[in-house]
This record gives sequence, C-alpha cells and structure tokens, in this order.
Amino acid sequence: MPIKEGIKKVLVVGSGPIIIGQAAEFDYAGTQACRALREEGMEVVLINSNPATIMTDVNMADRIYIEPITPDFVTRVIEKERPDGFLPSLGGQVGLNMALQLAELGVLDKYNVKLLGTPLDAIKRAEDREQFKSTMERINEPVPESAVISTIDEAVEFARQVGFPLVVRPAYTLGGTGGGMVYNINELIDTCTRGLKASIIHQALIERSLVGWKEIEIEVMRDGADNCITICSMENLDPMGIHTGDSIVVAPTQTLSDKDYQMLRTAALKIIRALGVEGGCNIQYALDPNSYQYYVIEVNPRVSRSSALASKATGYPIAKVATKIAIGLNLDEIKNEVTGKTYACFEPSIDYVVIKFPRWPFDKFALADRTLGTQMKATGEVMAIDRTIEGALLKAIRSLEIGVPGLLYPGMENLIEEEIEQKLITANDERLFVLAEALRRGMLEEHICNLTKMDRFFIRKIKNVVDLEQHLRQQGPSALTPETLRQCKQMGMADAYISQVTGLKTDAVRALRQAKGVEPVYKMVDTCAAEFEAQTPYYYSTYDEEDEAPPTDRRKVAVLGGGPIRIGQGIEFDYCSVHSVWALKEMDYETIIINNNPETVSTDFDTADRLYFEPLLPGDVLNILEKEKPEGVIVQFGGQTPINLAAHLVRAGIKILGTSLNDIDRAEDRERFDELLEELDVPRPPGGTAFSVSEAVEVATRIGYPVLVRPSYVLGGRAMEIVYNVEDLTNYMQTAVKVTPEHPVLVDKYFLGEEIEVDAIADGETVLIPGIMKHVERAGVHSGDSIAVYPANHLDRHAREQIVDYSSRMALAMNVRGMINIQYVLYNGQIYVLEVNPRASRTVPYMSKITGVPMVNLATKIIMGHKLKGMGYQGGLYPETKLVGVKAPVFSFGKLLQVDISLGPEMKSTGEVLGVDASYPVALYKALLASGVEFPRQGNILFTVADKDKEEALPIVKGFSGLGYNILATAGTARYLGEHGVPVQRVNKVREGTPHITDLLRQGDIHLVVNTLTKGKQPERDGFAIRRATVELAVPCLTSLDTARAILEVLTDFQEGSDVALVPLQEYLN
Amino acid sequence: MKAILALEDGKVFTGQSFGAATEQWGEVVFNTGMTGYQEVLTDPSYAGQIVVMTYPLIGNYGINREDYESKRSFVRGFVVREYCDHPSNWRASYRVGEFLTRAGVPSISGVDTRALTRHLRSYGTMRGYLATGDVNPEEVVTRARTSPQLSGLNLVDEVATGENYTIEGSGPRVVLVDLGAKHNIVRKLRDRDCTVIVVPPGTTAGEINALSPDSVFFSNGPGDPVDVQNTIKTSRRLIGTVPLFGICLGHQVLSLALGGKTYKMKFGHRGSNHPVKDMRTGRVYITSHNHGYSVDESSLAGLDVEVSHINLNDNTVEGIRHKKLPIFAVQYHPEASPGPHDSDYIFDQFMDMMRGEGQ
Repeated sequence: MPIKEGIKKVLVVGSGPIIIGQAAEFDYAGTQACRALREEGMEVVLINSNPATIMTDVNMADRIYIEPITPDFVTRVIEKERPDGFLPSLGGQVGLNMALQLAELGVLDKYNVKLLGTPLDAIKRAEDREQFKSTMERINEPVPESAVISTIDEAVEFARQVGFPLVVRPAYTLGGTGGGMVYNINELIDTCTRGLKASIIHQALIERSLVGWKEIEIEVMRDGADNCITICSMENLDPMGIHTGDSIVVAPTQTLSDKDYQMLRTAALKIIRALGVEGGCNIQYALDPNSYQYYVIEVNPRVSRSSALASKATGYPIAKVATKIAIGLNLDEIKNEVTGKTYACFEPSIDYVVIKFPRWPFDKFALADRTLGTQMKATGEVMAIDRTIEGALLKAIRSLEIGVPGLLYPGMENLIEEEIEQKLITANDERLFVLAEALRRGMLEEHICNLTKMDRFFIRKIKNVVDLEQHLRQQGPSALTPETLRQCKQMGMADAYISQVTGLKTDAVRALRQAKGVEPVYKMVDTCAAEFEAQTPYYYSTYDEEDEAPPTDRRKVAVLGGGPIRIGQGIEFDYCSVHSVWALKEMDYETIIINNNPETVSTDFDTADRLYFEPLLPGDVLNILEKEKPEGVIVQFGGQTPINLAAHLVRAGIKILGTSLNDIDRAEDRERFDELLEELDVPRPPGGTAFSVSEAVEVATRIGYPVLVRPSYVLGGRAMEIVYNVEDLTNYMQTAVKVTPEHPVLVDKYFLGEEIEVDAIADGETVLIPGIMKHVERAGVHSGDSIAVYPANHLDRHAREQIVDYSSRMALAMNVRGMINIQYVLYNGQIYVLEVNPRASRTVPYMSKITGVPMVNLATKIIMGHKLKGMGYQGGLYPETKLVGVKAPVFSFGKLLQVDISLGPEMKSTGEVLGVDASYPVALYKALLASGVEFPRQGNILFTVADKDKEEALPIVKGFSGLGYNILATAGTARYLGEHGVPVQRVNKVREGTPHITDLLRQGDIHLVVNTLTKGKQPERDGFAIRRATVELAVPCLTSLDTARAILEVLTDFQEGSDVALVPLQEYLN
Repeated sequence: MKAILALEDGKVFTGQSFGAATEQWGEVVFNTGMTGYQEVLTDPSYAGQIVVMTYPLIGNYGINREDYESKRSFVRGFVVREYCDHPSNWRASYRVGEFLTRAGVPSISGVDTRALTRHLRSYGTMRGYLATGDVNPEEVVTRARTSPQLSGLNLVDEVATGENYTIEGSGPRVVLVDLGAKHNIVRKLRDRDCTVIVVPPGTTAGEINALSPDSVFFSNGPGDPVDVQNTIKTSRRLIGTVPLFGICLGHQVLSLALGGKTYKMKFGHRGSNHPVKDMRTGRVYITSHNHGYSVDESSLAGLDVEVSHINLNDNTVEGIRHKKLPIFAVQYHPEASPGPHDSDYIFDQFMDMMRGEGQ
C-alpha cells in the first residue's frame, strides 16, 4: 500500500523525562521514528519535554517543541502546526495516554488530525482492563481470572471458583501494604481483612497467582494489510512474580520446544489481529513449566523497553518499521536495511544468545527496599551477546559496573544457610550471586530450583561457571592451560575474574592468555543467522574460530559510551557519545563505538561505522582496541565510565584523545587539584583530607561547621553528607563510611551559597563558555537534583567575570582539549570552586540546545586538532540568548519504597525536563509542569520546617498566605508563624494522634507540603513518614526552601489562563 | 571422543562427538530454525544430509515422545556449536545425544557453526564426511571428496513406506503418495477427518485410481526430484483425473509432471523464518522451509500453470497452481513442525479443492 493519502506533516510525541520504567528506549524509538518519517518525505513536528535526547536535536525534526507533554500543550502545538497525522505509539505510555486524552477531548477531530499507527479502539482494547479481558475471551486466549472485591464473602466466593494460590492486592494503600499471596481459605480471609482495612476505598483485587510460572515475551509486528511477523522471543530467568523490567532476560527462548514456542507464537498473532494493532506490540505470557497451559498477562500496543531490547538483540529496527507501517506502508514494501536486499517482512533468526540484566539504583539508595516484585525498580539495563549462556551472562554482569568481575560478590561467604535459602526465595538484586554461592556450597540444583522457581537449565549454566571457578581456585595459576583458558573465556570469564580466583594478577592472566593465543573473535549481528550477506557493522566478541570484523585501513577513532543508565549517569551521556560519533564522521574518520546499553541511540547499528556491543571494562575494551588499532580513544563523553578506563588504556599503550590522562587525574585527585588551584590562585572552600575519625573532627573544628563530608572516591555524590556539629560528624564517620589510609574522607567547609555551573570547551588557546547556569537550590543539593536556570539571573558582573576568568584559567592550566564542567558556589560575594569534571557533563545537551552552540561537535573537533577560532568561535562567555531555559529534575520516588525524598548532596533524580520562554517565571512554570509538579491554585499548604530554616521560611509562607492559600503547620512551625502574624492552622504530627498529617493527606486536604530536613535519614522519623506519604498519595512535596520560593514566584507572577507562548527549538536563536 | 567434519573443498572442523561413534558422508546443509531440532532430525527429507544447526545451543529441551516426524532419524550427521546434555522441559524424555546414538547418527559439537554456515553460504552446499574417534583429517577430506553426489541417489525409497496402509476417517479419501512424508502431514489431514491411504512412491496411476481417491497428495521427501521418475510419471497420468496437491518434493514432482523444470539451489532454504507471498491475496506468511531444489519459474512460461507463491527473500517459486484443473502445490511446509503454523490455510484450500470449491 502506498503512504496514506493526505499525510504530509506528522506530529510525533516523545515520552518525556526518564523515570523508572520509561527510559532511554523511547529516545531510540523516537529518533528512529523521526528519521523514518523524513525518509518518506514527511514534515515532522515533535513534542518532548526531555532535552537530553537525540530526538529533540535540531536536525531530527522540522519543528521541535521542548514543552510539557500535557493535553493542553499538545493541543496548542496541533493548533499552531496543523499536522495531518499524530503518531503516539513511539512515546511510551505517555504517548498512548496523550492519544486517548486528545481523542476524548475531541482535539484530533476538531483539527482533523489522523491518529497514525494502532487505531484508538485497538489501544483501548489493549489498555482497558475489561475490554482486554473480553477481547481475549472472544478469541479463546486465557487471561488470569481476577475480581475486584469489597467484602470477605466475595473473596471466598472467587476462591471457590478459581482455587489457590491467589494474590490479593488492596487498592490505594500506602507502600503496597496489606496484600500478598494466599494459599488457603484462612490465609485468604486474614489477608483480605487486613487488605480491605488498609485500602482507602475498601477494595482489593484478587487474582489467580502465577508466581513461579515461566515468563515468556514475544515481540510482534502487524501492518495495515494484516501481515504479521514475530521479531523475537524472550524468556525471563526470573519466573513470574518479578517485573520483567527487573528480570534477567534471555533471547531467544531456551527451554521451549518448537511445539511450546509455536503455540505461543500462534497465540501472539491471534492476539495482535484481534486487538487490531498496526505497528509493534509486546505480548507477555505466563507458561506453566509442567504443561501446555498458559495465560496472557499483558499486551503493550506500542514500542516498549522490550521492543528496544528485541531490536538490539536481533538487529531488526522495530521502531523504524512500526513508523513506516503507521503511515501506510506494508511490511513487504519496507526495505530491510540490515541486508540491504530483502524486505522487513521476515522473522529474524539469531545464532547467539542475548542476555539483558537490569541495573538497579540500590548503590545510591542504601536504605531502599531492595526486594524485587511486581513494581519495577531498575533505572536501566545492559545487554550482552555471546554464543553461550554463560558467556552472555558474565559479560552482562560486568557491564553493570557494580564492581564485580564475575560471580563472586562481597559478603556472600558470610551468609548463613537460612539467609541463603531466604534470599533465594525472596529475590532482590543480589539473587544471582546468592545462587552462585549456594552452588559453591554444594546446594542441590533441584533444591535451588524449588526455592527460586528458576528453570534448572539456567541453574546448570551458572553451575558450569561455579564449577570452573572452583577448579581454578583449587589448582591456582597452574590450572591455566590453553584448553582451560579457552574454556574460561568461552564461559565469559573476564581476566579479572580469573585473577580473582587464581591469585594471578589480571595483567598476567591477560599476558598468559595472549601468549597461548586465546583471543576473542568478533561476529556479526545480522538478523538471519548468516544465511544472507549482511551490511550491519554490529559485532560481539566470542571465543570461536572465525573473525568477521577485519579492521579497515581507514583513519579511525573509538568513542566509549556510558553503559547502563543509572542515577548520576543518564541518557545525557548517550547524547554526547552520539554527537561525538557524528562529528568524527563529518571529519571523515571511521568511527567505532563501544557500549552495552540496549536502550540507546548510540547502540543503533547505523550510528557509528562499527558498533561493538561489549562490556566497558579494561579487558573487553582493550581486546577491541588492540584489534582495531584506532588513532586513539575519546573518553570524555560517556560520563564517568570511560574516564575510569582511561588509566588502564594508557597503561596498555592506547592513546587517549583530548585532555590527557595526567590532566584528568589532576582534576580527580584531591591533592593535585588543590595544588593546581593554589597555583592559579583560584579559591575553593577550605577543607582537608582525614585519614581517621579524629583527623576529621580536627579539620572540621579548624574550618568551622557546617561541613560537607564524603569518601575520597565517589561517583555522583554517593555517601556525601552535610553535618552541622561534631556529634553528627563522628556518627557519619563511624557508620556511613569506612575510613582507612587508602580511603580517606574529605571534609570541606559547606558554604550555603548559590550554586553556579558552567560547561566550557577549550582547545589549549581559547576557552569558550557557552553559558552560565545558576541553580535554584543552594549548594548542598546535588547539581543533578537542582533546578538550573540559564542565563544565570541576578548574577552581577563581578561574579560573572570571576567565573569566566577562573574557568578559562583552569581549562588552560589543565590543558583541556574538549569539554570541562565546573561547579562554583557564590558565597558572600566571592566565587569558590566546588568541583571540576574533566569531561562532558549532564548539562551539555541542555546547554547545547538553549545556546545553539554545538558543544560536543566543537569539542570533538578540538580533540581531533581543530581550534575554536578556526571554527569561528571566540573565547570567553558566548553571547546570552534572549530566552530563559530552566532545567528541572524528575524523580522516581513512587517506585522506590523506603527512600527519603529530601534533596541533599546525594543525587536522587532519574531524569530531567526543560522549560523555555522569554520570561523566567513562564520558563520555570513550564519546567515544573513538565516535571510533573501540579500547581494547586488554591487550597492548603502544609509547612513543617526545621528550626534552622524557620526564619528563612517566613517570607515564603507569607507569600503563599498572601496569595490566598491556607497555611497549615505542625506545632513548632505553627507557633513560630503565629508569633510572626501569619494566620495558620496547627495540625497534628503522626504521633500526636488523629487526625494527623497522614490522615489529612489521605483525605486530600493538603495540596502541597513544604518540609525541610531536621537531621538523619532514618525511616522511623516523622519527617520521613510525611515525605513518603506525600509520594504515595501524589501530593507535591518540596524539601528545599529555594524550590518553594521559586514556585511562589511562579504563582505570583503567573496567573491561571495567562498566555503561554510555544517556543520551537528552531526559534531559540531568533 | 573427538570428531571431525571435513568438506570436499578441504575445509576441516574439529570438535567432540556426542552421537553415534560411527562415520557417514552426506551433503552438508544448514538450518536456521532456533527451535525444532527434534522435528529436523526426524524429517525424512533430510535423508542423505549432514545438518548444521545455526542456533548455537542444541538439546536444551531434550527429545520427547510426541514430536517425531517419522519413526527414526534419516540425517547422516548432526553438527552443533554446543550440545546440551542437561535438557530441561516437562516433556523431555531423552537427551539428544542418546537419541542420536541409538539412531546411529554421528554428531559433532564445538564447531564454529557460524563460520561453517558462512562457508556454505558462499560456496554452496557440498559433500562432507563426519568421522568420530582418532582419525586423520586429511583422510576424512579424501573421503568427503570421494563420496557420491546427492543427485542420482534413490533416497526416497530409503525413507518411504514399502506398502499401503490406511488411516480411517469420516471425510474425503486422500491418497498420500509417500515420498518421505512427515507425520504432521498425516495429522493435518486427520484433523480434517480425511481417510488417508498412504502408498509407496512407485505406486502407479492405475493402482491409485483403484483406491477411488477424492484427491492425490504428493508428500515431501529427500533428494533431487528428477530421481523420482516413476512418481513423476504417475502424477502426469493423474493430471485431469483427480485433484492433485503436493508439498515440497511433491510440489517439484507435480511441477515436473506439468512440464516445468527444477534446479539445484546454491544452499537451499532450511529454517522457520522464510516470508512467502500468496500472489492471489498479496498476503505474506512466515513459513517453514526445507528444500535444496526449486522450480524454475521461466520453465513454467507457456504452461497452464501460474506461480501462486513466491519467496520474498529471493523471489523463488514457492507454490504453483494449474490455471484450469484442480491442481496446486507448495514448496514450503504448511504442516509446520517445526516452524510457524501460519499456513494452515493451505490445508483448508486443499479440502476446498477436493470438494470442488475455491478454484
């Protein structure tokens, strides 16, 4: 079929900020969609609030709106742009919701916009619980029996029909409490009684429990002519009961016979047809491990995290093909870009194993509930490819960058038997390592099978590794014969893992291995198991005979990516890596990218000239570089991951392009950095290094409290804290960190001043500062969690000059070639340096977009020898734009139980949004709206602030009161406010009895909470309980007075119904 | 135990033996299906061939009682990257290695099957020799070179039934000319209540007519279609007297009987992911394939035969239909096993044709 008639201009909606469950995969999908549309000659309009994406790049669409994705804003974009079609299914759940809402509001009809891709009624059939159920019943596809009950009798009646086990899920409770699995009638009655009581609306959902069944997923595509194909099947190692986003997943299915598989495949085709999906669709099944019985668990009528994984696992570009289907093309009319000869209408066949491993944020949230269940908690994931399960699994584990090179995990040897069993039954992020430990101790495979419900096929594979590990440990280095070495490598054991168990140094293992000729080969991901010649330069390593990736003789450069998305290292670094590759291509270099994140644009097979899907660890990276022999490696765009590799690479004789290792080290090493600053006469807050508790106290006494304390080696503010007195300091030193001569603790004076940040580009002669950002929250809140404003408002000329001067001198003194990020604090009229990162930072995409300076492009060209002046740029501060850009953080607290939401020096946000306007309040309004903050236009605001903050809070409270809000406060705060003439209503703290704060929150009587941290982060404290309650009841809660002040400013300046202008990216510079 | 696979062009792969401790020659072919090794191993069409599986892990779900496509294995050898001797599936009753040993099939694991597949893709299917134990690689190469060619062998007689037998049903009478029929063809006919009379490949037209069939069905089978001249002759005689249908080798037989020509493909189609377009509806189906020969489209010019299906990957003929008579055939495997069940409708069309409908 030809392209749908009358479709010339298409509006694409992105998925907005990165949150748990909705990550970089939608940038990958959206980017493919925009390109696919333009390939077909469409004019593309895009709306996405997330600036850290490739899809919001100026060259991706004709008109780009970085605006809040709300029905109101999308409607206005439609009004202004008058697109012919609307494509929602590449924007995740946000996109689908937008389609449903706009259709309901009549917007699509009013402006005569065609919904492209899966039709509305098909979306409803998949999304609406009842419609889905009845559709499945119509085609005889089983869904798990379920019922909503509000009495015990109803529950008992349901159990009589369905049997046990059942799972009870009370509706609207705090922290998902009150539910659980029940195996008999007594448990059912008990749990339902508790659950109904805990439920605000006195309701619970009861469902047949499929815990322990195999969880299988199939990715399906369907076109407008009803042609259907499946792209990839996936089997979860973790059976039903753990969210697939939190499961280790293998592709293709491993333990299904052809009969089992075809049964589910046939069902998948039936389902996608019955729903009427046009495009991509993900279908999840629960399959009884002991029969042909199965249930359809869930259908996503859109591209998803799984489809991104399936695309990278097979090489089949699902999002691109889904987009072409959406505008009317059929599968047999769409070219298969992998072979360049055949069509998109075929099913990929793969001749390797793919494993996806989730990356959880528990390293950041020490107190979070790590238990895995139906709520996804991972922020990102890695993917690994090999020709063996063991190989793919071990590659995946080391790609996580959690400090373990193999299956040995710290602390496992100390677990007692009961703990091992318990941890096998109740999964958390460490279960695989516990499983390995159980095998090490000789626990029977059958028993592990019973406890974990994992298929014994996988347990045996893990045992293969453990057995080999034990063999190496017993024999020591003498075990390392060429045959055993080859066996180790075929099972994916890193040199570092072999080193760990044999005692031989990693470098020695590597040297020995190379001397014995045990080297990896690289094979191609080609969608067709080598049946046809393919063009994809997409490779993975394996220990087999034939290498398919002979290096070319072109000039080439390798760019190291950022690995999995985690808190502190997000999609921004993928943006930077991709732009670096593009800049290198412009300079006619062959580009090589190494990365392992399946969600990203950087791992799309046509981003770089060659893609190596590999762990970002020294051994794996060196293998590639030694084979490819590029002119050098660029390490400054993938966040901290490649920076951490730099020293290893240099030692192996690899050239780091850009800022040298020595200069990187000068920024990272505290002492050398201090020396540098002293030399340059650039001030920093006073501080010192402490090697013991008493030394820390000494330093703190000398410089005065409050002080910022942190371990010397940190990533993204981990374990940092601000302490106000000697008692807290001693407590921190004794509990939070392990201080040793090798790992000292840094103690710095904490200046409660304004935080300022710059990203600069330097070429050794000239230093260009594209812009200065100011944070709304003062120093002490991690820069990633702060609202950042460009251009920095209320910053006087003197401060500006100081910033430009310090930044330029530091960049020159450090011989920066490329990017540098510097954070400052402005305190009592003086600028102090807080931190320097010799690399691209998370603000680079945001600043590139708002200032129009192609920062990564320039930096990459400088790295390759160009000069700023030669590219038409002067040094110093780049002329400011007329527009204000506000970047606001986005959090995923709703998904992480037991995590304190208060802002501090440790980063907690998962994503960001951008608001742009000519006026600051409007830009801020847009940013906050896009970040999900609801602005109550009237109602009750609760203040409960620490004593130290009361004075500062007063004008803010007065401001809100003056706008007509009712002020509620807890005893202390109420008394203070009352004394200062603010009308205030006192409310009870939880321990003061009902009705207390939580009751009021539950009843919806509080619309905004301002709560500042007293001290400590123990969950039992009152403030913590209030803050968690706000998360679970979706009431906005501000923990920084600065944020509260900013919101007050918005609400004061900006009345409801005010005209908010849309500003397309293409007009930022006009 | 060691095992060696040598190709006639001198390429040698070494690995471990996991099947019968014996040796065999055969035509080396690859199959890209990710599941379905049990069906492949027991599909009589693989007679005379050493099968390479491109999926690297084989044996994961063992061998079960139900998924046989014939009584035994006819493959000459089996080549895998990694053999799994700890199968896990609720129906698994044997390890693949045990099955292969009993079936007398030499098997080799530890082979870079992707390299081997790329080699076959580039140079075409070729003769190979699979030996186990302590053997001299050069000798094995020599044996590969001196092995007979696949064409010219009478493989069909080796795999087909020697005598008639009948599976009673309440529906129409189908005479199934067994050239090496997969069990699932019979199952599909039985599902539709057909009475299935299975006859040997050499059965004459007269003998078939004496069975008063509602239609005659030429099954799949091994080898070069021109080697089954008797069956071609039989089918030619039946043209116009009774509805005819064929699958795979049966399709080639009917094409030859109707005046077409066949040729040997470079490396054939074997797998479960081939897109086939039904020319009448324009719809594309993902299909199961196993053939090394194909009908030459140009040879059909001027005949009363139209191409009903083509392969989207290489545009080869995947189905033919007589323009006037109730005769049609498909090159691929609508009976699946292994592979997608998307083409079940072909059996419905067959039923319609027998009832005189849908032509």
